[in-house]
Amino acid sequence: MSLKVLNIPTIDFVGKYTYAIIFSVLLISASIFSLTTNGLKLGIDFTGGTLIEVSYQQGVDLAEIRATLAKAKFKGANVQYFGSTNEILIRLEPQSISSAKLSSKIIYLLGDDVDIRRVEFVGPKVGEELTNDGGLAMLYALIGILIYVAVRFEYRFSLGSIAALIHDVIITLGFFSLFQIEFDLTVLAAILAVIGYSLNDTIVAFDRIRENFLSTRHVDTSRIINVALNQTLSRTITTSLTTLLVLLALFFLGGETIHSFALALLIGVVVGTYSSIYVASSMILVLGITKEDLLPSEKEKQAVDTRP
Amino acid sequence: MNHYSGFKNALIVFVLLLSMLYALPNIFGSDLAVQVSSAGDALIANQDLDKVKNALKAQQIEFKSVELSNQRILARFKGNRQQLLAKNALKQALGRRYVVALNLAPSVPAWLANLGGKAISLGLDLRGGVHFLLEVDMESVISASMDKAYNELRVLLRKDRLYKSIKQENGSIVIRFKHAELKDKAAQLVKSELSDLVVLDNNTNELLLNIGISESAQKQAKKSALKQNITTLRNRVNELGVAEPIIQQQGSERIVVQLPGVQDTARAKEILGAVATLEFRLVDEKNDPQTAIQSGRVPIGSKLFYFKNGRPLLLKSRVITTGENITGAASGIDQENNTPMVNITLDSIGGRAMLDTTKKYLHHRMAVVFIENKVETITKNGKTIKKRTTTRDIINAATIQGTFSSRFQITGIDSAGKARNLALLLRAGSLSAPIEIIEERTIGPSLGADNITKGVISVLVGFVLVLLFMIVRYRVFGMVANVALTLNLLMIVSVLSLLQATLTLPGIAGIVLTVGMAVDANVLIFERIKEELGANSNIQKAISSGYDKALLTIADANITTLIAALVLFGFGTGPIKGFAITLSIGIITSMFTAIIVSRAIINKIYGGKELKEISI
Repeated sequence: MSLKVLNIPTIDFVGKYTYAIIFSVLLISASIFSLTTNGLKLGIDFTGGTLIEVSYQQGVDLAEIRATLAKAKFKGANVQYFGSTNEILIRLEPQSISSAKLSSKIIYLLGDDVDIRRVEFVGPKVGEELTNDGGLAMLYALIGILIYVAVRFEYRFSLGSIAALIHDVIITLGFFSLFQIEFDLTVLAAILAVIGYSLNDTIVAFDRIRENFLSTRHVDTSRIINVALNQTLSRTITTSLTTLLVLLALFFLGGETIHSFALALLIGVVVGTYSSIYVASSMILVLGITKEDLLPSEKEKQAVDTRP
Repeated sequence: MNHYSGFKNALIVFVLLLSMLYALPNIFGSDLAVQVSSAGDALIANQDLDKVKNALKAQQIEFKSVELSNQRILARFKGNRQQLLAKNALKQALGRRYVVALNLAPSVPAWLANLGGKAISLGLDLRGGVHFLLEVDMESVISASMDKAYNELRVLLRKDRLYKSIKQENGSIVIRFKHAELKDKAAQLVKSELSDLVVLDNNTNELLLNIGISESAQKQAKKSALKQNITTLRNRVNELGVAEPIIQQQGSERIVVQLPGVQDTARAKEILGAVATLEFRLVDEKNDPQTAIQSGRVPIGSKLFYFKNGRPLLLKSRVITTGENITGAASGIDQENNTPMVNITLDSIGGRAMLDTTKKYLHHRMAVVFIENKVETITKNGKTIKKRTTTRDIINAATIQGTFSSRFQITGIDSAGKARNLALLLRAGSLSAPIEIIEERTIGPSLGADNITKGVISVLVGFVLVLLFMIVRYRVFGMVANVALTLNLLMIVSVLSLLQATLTLPGIAGIVLTVGMAVDANVLIFERIKEELGANSNIQKAISSGYDKALLTIADANITTLIAALVLFGFGTGPIKGFAITLSIGIITSMFTAIIVSRAIINKIYGGKELKEISI
């Protein structure tokens, strides 16, 4: 089959796998390095603590508020502007007086002329549980995907898609760690959405690879993969662009609370698009997929043979 | 080729019309309203409706409408001022048997409401309000049942003077016997008489018997403590006057309380978490509290208590009656010296005890003790520990001026606010075990409104950008995809309204993401059609096989994403769940609109015609 005739690009993706692998390994190493040295700047959802967002009629002086809090012996208070100088965010680590009452005390200290926008208090035990539940949710999602892809395709595809997912998650986390952007529950949700998105992309490419394996007489695996990637390239780019468009709208217009959520998704979508082209398919090539692995009759025969 | 049967087209149109119908309630906005519902089990009847109307008319408060539905009366108002006036007027006119609360009532027309049309229910982050997660201190539940078991055992074994000593030790009850025979006899007796207790055979000493509470009894105690606490919390929330509160169990020892629209969280916290009760005791007037403190010896039959200001007083050990016997409590102002007070009404048992005591001890002094149990989790040196505290404060100690039984006043309360809270707590009943607030999320009304505006704007802008992009990229087919996308948004709104799933800010983000991803199905199809056009000269066939070949890919891609979304829904909490709901709904509706609806439109435009070229 000639791609030129079909007006389909003929980019040699597979030929650049070596560079791609080096690039990915570098990014992942940098991410892991940052994650182990800097760690994530976890929000109170995970660490426990108190967060208060208030707004004033006019701009306020942070030093004044810090002094007020220090006078009342709230020493660990972190005070910063949130969006504008009219709004401030106060954060308190879990401490010896840490209880739901803490926020009431601080609101009392700030006086009457403030508008309470948001108060969040998370007990230390709850924070721990949310961390565990979030990790578990991610793990279960990965297992569910692994099984579905293995059943629908083949185990090598399964491993390829999981490799791409782990790649995307680590790099997105690495970004949050490197720039010390707060990691809260909404960011966790975004990371999980990245998993869904990146998977979507990978499956589309895999689907085409399988189709080409079954419909052509070529046996050159790398050529088949390359053709499939070129065939789906236009779709990959179009979909990424539309998703990025809405995410940019969310990032710029969605407000402060949704900011890091949108950021995580923006990074995830870019990395996810890259990984579905380079990481997932290079994995199945490395794992040595062949036409025989995908022939349905062969597969069923094997299944019967392995039955006890 | 490329033709849907009339039936199929009709079905598609029917589904879309249905979605439009159920998305419709969301465009009507909402009215400022005051909601009246029953505080107890009593039903709201038509005469209550008249009461509400008359009360409003008497105060000359203008209202839009007053109606009764679903066991609640909703009075709608034009402005905020009327709403607030009405709330106060109704509260006074109706009394304590009713919950009067401010609410926002969706103004869905009656015909639509009759068809089951409802507006989307907004989460606390969009409408403002407070979310609490409360944990019941189960250790104190178990220790309370331990105390009960201890008393039961003593009563049981005392009859035959079986034991030498009995005490509680390390979570079990240890009984010492004079000789081994008695131990066996006691063990038999416990087995046959007290089914909640188990004989622990871990004590090798033949004169000692260890007894614990059975697993099932422990479970039962925890379960009933949780249930009773939920009931009490519901009473207290009713007293606070909140429209549409949510109070439900989460897991085996936690309770979620959501109070939409509540702003005074400090009071809400104080009221919800308080484990307070009263005790009435006689003052020990023969002994001096100072000597008791100095010598460290409290006279037998007395106990040492303190006033809030630290002044000590000796009270008799025997309790006359407690808060459990209180059936009514109302705060007021004592006319004589203009101080806050609480009017108390006791039940018959409490009333009799009070009558006997006041007769016998006329002109003696009686004290009211306020008891509060608290549990707090604190962090100390990096370790988290639970701190349990019980405070016993004397509210007042006054001379009994005359005999009384079930009705009397408690005076000496610091402030009118405290009197109000005390009366409320006594009315709503006490919690069976201390609870602790372990999570609080309060969203102020201004942030809620901001979140809605910003959410809607970002959805719209993202949506319009995608529409423009699709027209530029795929022309006529792009327009078809845009129609499908718009219908998809409509379907998501209608499904959310029908399911009454709560829409949160992350939920809106989920919708935004679905918009981005829903076009993917159409992109897949269109790219495939383009490819087929290159390989095949027959345009009709290219459209048809483009759809067919893309279908499997779309299904695979969407099912994997759906798996991820469902896992998020199952294991996630709070914001994650809200995101997963809209994402799941969006994936399913987008499959319908992007594949079936877009195909139907394409068929109408191009199906069955001789075509030289198409605009894609």
